[in-house]
Amino acid sequence: MKRETRNPSSEVESVDTQPATRNTGHVSRFTFHVSRYLSIYAALWKNSVAREMSFKSNFLLWILVELLWFGLQLSFISVLYLHTEHIGTWTKWQVVMLIGGSHFIQQIFQAFFLVNCTNLSELVRTGKLDFLLLLPVNTRFIVSLRQVDLGAFVNASSAVGLMVYAARQLHLVPSLLQVLGFLALCVTGVAIHYCLMFLLASISFWTVRAQGIVWGYYNLFNIARMPDEAFRGLFKAVFTFALPMLLVSNVPVRLLADKLSSPAPVFLLLAMSVVCFCVSEWGWRASMRRYTSASS
Amino acid sequence: MSDTLIAKRSAMKKYWHVLNIGIQNNLTYRLNFLARAVFGLIPLVAILYVWQKIYSGNGPGSTVGTYSLAQMISYYLLTTVVDALTAVNEDDWQIAADIKDGNISQFLLKPIDYLWYRLCLFLSGRVTYLAVAATPLAIFILYLHQYFVLPPNWTAFGAFLISTALTALLQFFMSYTMAMLAFWVLEVSTFIFILFAFEYLASGHLFPLDILPHGLEQALFLTPFPYQLYFPVSIYMGKAAGMDLIRGLLIQGLWVIAAYGLARFAWRRGIKHYSAVGG
Repeated sequence: MKRETRNPSSEVESVDTQPATRNTGHVSRFTFHVSRYLSIYAALWKNSVAREMSFKSNFLLWILVELLWFGLQLSFISVLYLHTEHIGTWTKWQVVMLIGGSHFIQQIFQAFFLVNCTNLSELVRTGKLDFLLLLPVNTRFIVSLRQVDLGAFVNASSAVGLMVYAARQLHLVPSLLQVLGFLALCVTGVAIHYCLMFLLASISFWTVRAQGIVWGYYNLFNIARMPDEAFRGLFKAVFTFALPMLLVSNVPVRLLADKLSSPAPVFLLLAMSVVCFCVSEWGWRASMRRYTSASS
Repeated sequence: MSDTLIAKRSAMKKYWHVLNIGIQNNLTYRLNFLARAVFGLIPLVAILYVWQKIYSGNGPGSTVGTYSLAQMISYYLLTTVVDALTAVNEDDWQIAADIKDGNISQFLLKPIDYLWYRLCLFLSGRVTYLAVAATPLAIFILYLHQYFVLPPNWTAFGAFLISTALTALLQFFMSYTMAMLAFWVLEVSTFIFILFAFEYLASGHLFPLDILPHGLEQALFLTPFPYQLYFPVSIYMGKAAGMDLIRGLLIQGLWVIAAYGLARFAWRRGIKHYSAVGG
């Protein structure tokens, strides 16, 4: 776990007294940390479930909204393919698979992080961040994972359903290794979305109304579901090496659909996720140093 | 001067003030507007790249429906301009919040009509948005200037302006009516997003409607959605002329009147239901 400006280590030590004796050393200390954070996270889940269940119809309506927008993306692609056979080397069902994959990644991101990222600017504006800073846990952890969006898991499963259907249309039977690789790369993609959006959300420490900026990120999801071969020049460079939107879903789907000619894009995606994480952690620390709370 | 004229002038002045305050208020969020304008261009550019790839794959000089690549690009440029002029920004959310938080109580007491008040704020929002978005939009259009066609004649241009104004009104009245749902339900955003999804697809945001199979296109024209974006653009591009143009403008006008009537009706019903929570 990362430590930030407030130096939580001393507080952790005071909580820490029973299990970590001097002799057992780092390992038990590490497992203690992990189990402690897991139990905190379990409590956050319980809260989220309770919250969602108190607005049941709203919960179902949001699922419907997401389904509609998902359908909208698909209808756009089917209109495009009324007028062409290929976009680059991408055939219709491969692009459908790409849309499924990108929707899956987006929904998993949404399930864990989206609400928390968009809420950050409100926490700063109202000064409610104070309460989270006082808790004896890593602040980035609690800010990033406070709420879980359960409906997004339902939508993620509809994306999986679509991908399976597209794979059958393509007569594609991916190996277990391919599926596992795909899932691992999806995790990387989710991490990239999270790091970039969290970085954007950190801007709210500088300008109070950052919500517009955060929602602006939503537009980038639109690029992630487009076949990479359509793009050239500066646009492609920016969205590969600066904001790697053209990698996050294209690479995993290429792996699954036997469309990878070399392993280079996979390594690039992994490298970019590390870069994104470092930059966002740096941005977060720089932002926290600026925080002066509200009104007081 | 007769009394009615004085009353009219003071009413005009009242709403003029609202417009002014709205602009000043909106200017505080200019960075938000700028971010929205710039970020909004990114998916547009992406769509243009995809079309370019499709055209180059189909061979040189190919067309999609009746569109050459240049016409396709200018279609998207025009939708961006019309959208900047007419799209409802956060008005529906704000109206719903006003109802939910009981802020509308004060309008029931003041000699000011809430619908006109919101319309002024909507217009001020558009003015501010244009002022902020003009720069990135102009740079973008200049970059693609060879695709930016002029309308075929002055009549088309005039009709385009009229139709764009009607589009703005239609957008606003429909959003206003949707926001009225806040009288009955706690969370209106889902309903707003559902309507928005249909608008997005059926108004021609994603692709020109006349590349759809003919029957589908005809069916869409039975709904108000094409008149929320596609129709003014098609006038500008010279696709609607003569009798088609006149008939289209009439239908658009009827939709505006219908949406206005519905907005008034929903408000009246809502007020009866209203209990001024926290007011």
